[in-house]
Amino acid sequence: MKMKLATLALGAALAAGPALAELTFPSLSYRTGPYAANGIPFADGYADYFTLLNERDGGIGGEKINLIECETGYNTEKGVECYEATKGSGALLYQPLSTGITYQLIPKATADGIPVHSMGYGRTSAKNGKVFSHIFNYPVNYWDGASVGIKHLLDLNDGDLSGKKVALVYHNSAYGKEPIRTLEELAKKHGYELTLLAVDHPGQEQKSQWLQIRRERPDYVLMWGWGVMNQVAIQEAVNIRFPMENFIGIWWSGSENDVKPAGAGADGYKALAFHNVGSDFPIFDDLKTHVVDKGLAAGAGDQLGTVLYNRGLYAAMLAAEAAKTAQEIHDTSNITAAMMRDGMESLEITEEKMATLGMPNFGPEFTVTCENHGGDGLGAVTQWDANAEKWTLITDFVQSDQDVLQPLIEEDSAAYAAENDIEERCN
Amino acid sequence: MPEQLLWGMEVFMNGLMAGVLYALVALGFVLIFKASGIFNFSQGVMALFAALTLVGIMEGRVPFSHLINAVFGTSVHHFGWNVPAFAAILLTMVVMVALAWMVNRFIFRHLVGQEPIILFMATIGLAYFLEGFGDIMWGSDIKKLDVGLPQGINGFIDEITFNLLGYGFFIDNLDLWATFIAVLLVIALVMFAQYSKHGRAMRAVADDHQAALSVGINLNFIWVMVWSLAGFVALVAGIMWGTKSGVQFSLSLIALKALPVLMLGGFTSIPGAIVGGLIIGVGEKLFEFIVGPMVGGATENWFAYVLALIFLVFRPQGLFGEKIIERV
Repeated sequence: MKMKLATLALGAALAAGPALAELTFPSLSYRTGPYAANGIPFADGYADYFTLLNERDGGIGGEKINLIECETGYNTEKGVECYEATKGSGALLYQPLSTGITYQLIPKATADGIPVHSMGYGRTSAKNGKVFSHIFNYPVNYWDGASVGIKHLLDLNDGDLSGKKVALVYHNSAYGKEPIRTLEELAKKHGYELTLLAVDHPGQEQKSQWLQIRRERPDYVLMWGWGVMNQVAIQEAVNIRFPMENFIGIWWSGSENDVKPAGAGADGYKALAFHNVGSDFPIFDDLKTHVVDKGLAAGAGDQLGTVLYNRGLYAAMLAAEAAKTAQEIHDTSNITAAMMRDGMESLEITEEKMATLGMPNFGPEFTVTCENHGGDGLGAVTQWDANAEKWTLITDFVQSDQDVLQPLIEEDSAAYAAENDIEERCN
Repeated sequence: MPEQLLWGMEVFMNGLMAGVLYALVALGFVLIFKASGIFNFSQGVMALFAALTLVGIMEGRVPFSHLINAVFGTSVHHFGWNVPAFAAILLTMVVMVALAWMVNRFIFRHLVGQEPIILFMATIGLAYFLEGFGDIMWGSDIKKLDVGLPQGINGFIDEITFNLLGYGFFIDNLDLWATFIAVLLVIALVMFAQYSKHGRAMRAVADDHQAALSVGINLNFIWVMVWSLAGFVALVAGIMWGTKSGVQFSLSLIALKALPVLMLGGFTSIPGAIVGGLIIGVGEKLFEFIVGPMVGGATENWFAYVLALIFLVFRPQGLFGEKIIERV
């Protein structure tokens, strides 16, 4: 009897398994918990892009894609469990979608030889590929974000910020503190006065911080927020009548979820971005034809074109392009995690390539090398139109101040290498 | 008047307003603990669930629409109508009363006579159940809540303080309304407890379950009533906090703001919840204003819990709690 049951179970598992799937991409998503509203659109965009490739192109290089979704609830322990549970499935790449999970996976994934892509989050100095062999954070990191934000302020002030007051409202966590060093260095260079305003987790009560802003009247406010902190900060800014066009959030403070609760008052609020917004791109026609109309859209299928859906779509596109590069380098369609890493290390995103994919001007052009796992640090600024209820990209993708950032990255990665006895590569 | 003093006064007033909002959450805890000895871990989630239900009804959303669509392949999301705020609040209260009945019928009736820690654990389970249930019922997107309460700076206070003191104070209209509503709520609760038949029965149950039973008080009815009242308080708190930040799952974390208030005010006193809330609100805001800049800020949560801890050491029952006396 036991034997029969075991045979049945094995048969069922084989029947249910993705027999044709060759390229496995785990998706560490969070569709539940306090941050689900942000996790769902990203996970949907990530899944829909791979579904599109399977349906329209037959996968990547003829190999079908097997997406394994694992729920992390934006919880670091669960994220690590997801990694451990899926790494044996032939996983080619992890996008942890959480700085906490990324930090935990840096040593684990490096030891297991599986690449990690923390796009716009995670450890900034992982940009240094000489130290972080399996960690990638292209096309931008938090320090790039801080610099692109200041560059935008420079543009608004004819290149001169001397005497201006800039306040940073930040989540009182490792994530929120990321831009401080960069902003301090840039303050020395450009002569602005920096005020730091920490907000306790989760950020539902920020009266003290915004009363201080009302008293000190900074010219500009930058924000490194997440979850409910964003909505409350934007509402408080509206309440004290802070000019919204002078309030700029990092890309994790710049989705529809963050501005809609404040209604018309949020009009003019700005956020940094590393990919384009909206659904006015040819790829959305393909998504409709091959994914949505066939009833294959992930989740409720109601997130297409939102900021975080586009981010998931963009992340999947970068993963697929790296897989294609790996297939070309190793002349095989059935790549391994080690080959995938090689593909990521040789990834080149050009405007021509994005246009071919139906995503013209969707993100910045950049190149990844053995030494540089972070791309060229190009970011842009978006602005919220409350009447039309849509974000608009209002600047080109501009490069961060590499003269200031590169030494900081070298310093931080060298400290990590010394702590962990890592020998530099790419020599 | 020195600038620092004026700013301090503004911070003090905003602290009072913040304290009222904390007290609104704490009230729900007090009601249930007072009547049944249960520390209701799910009070924050009840506020979330109430606010989700309110928005869902107001916007005419179809409950469980994702589940229905997934099972039956349909695409229903909205009924196609909107419900006025007042009617939606009444309907939400009906849902909260039904929830109170179900909580007692399916959970606490089976746990009569169990240790307090068991009852507490049951409320943890209830919190997780309600959070997931709310997600399935109404979806996890962030919902804008607008029941018509005004938000933003109060122009009258701004102008009058500017004319008198040369500096216009910032007071949020929503906070003023929260204070007004909280005062009404406390008066209504105290009147109910003191002068109504069921209120007196509730107090009798709070004093001694066995004695209350022996004089014919229906314990189940009283518990359903108390959980319904806590549901109503949760709805009010959910409206206030949800208006500030949108209705989202982080709303359940507001319970964390109520704990120091309870530690300070006592778990069994309605006025204690209010006074505790005000002390915590003012204390944390002034501490952040005076000490925060010296230590890098973000001191509010820390200060609230440390202050509550100090009170606990010297007065374990809280400011207004009943003294714990155990006789051999």
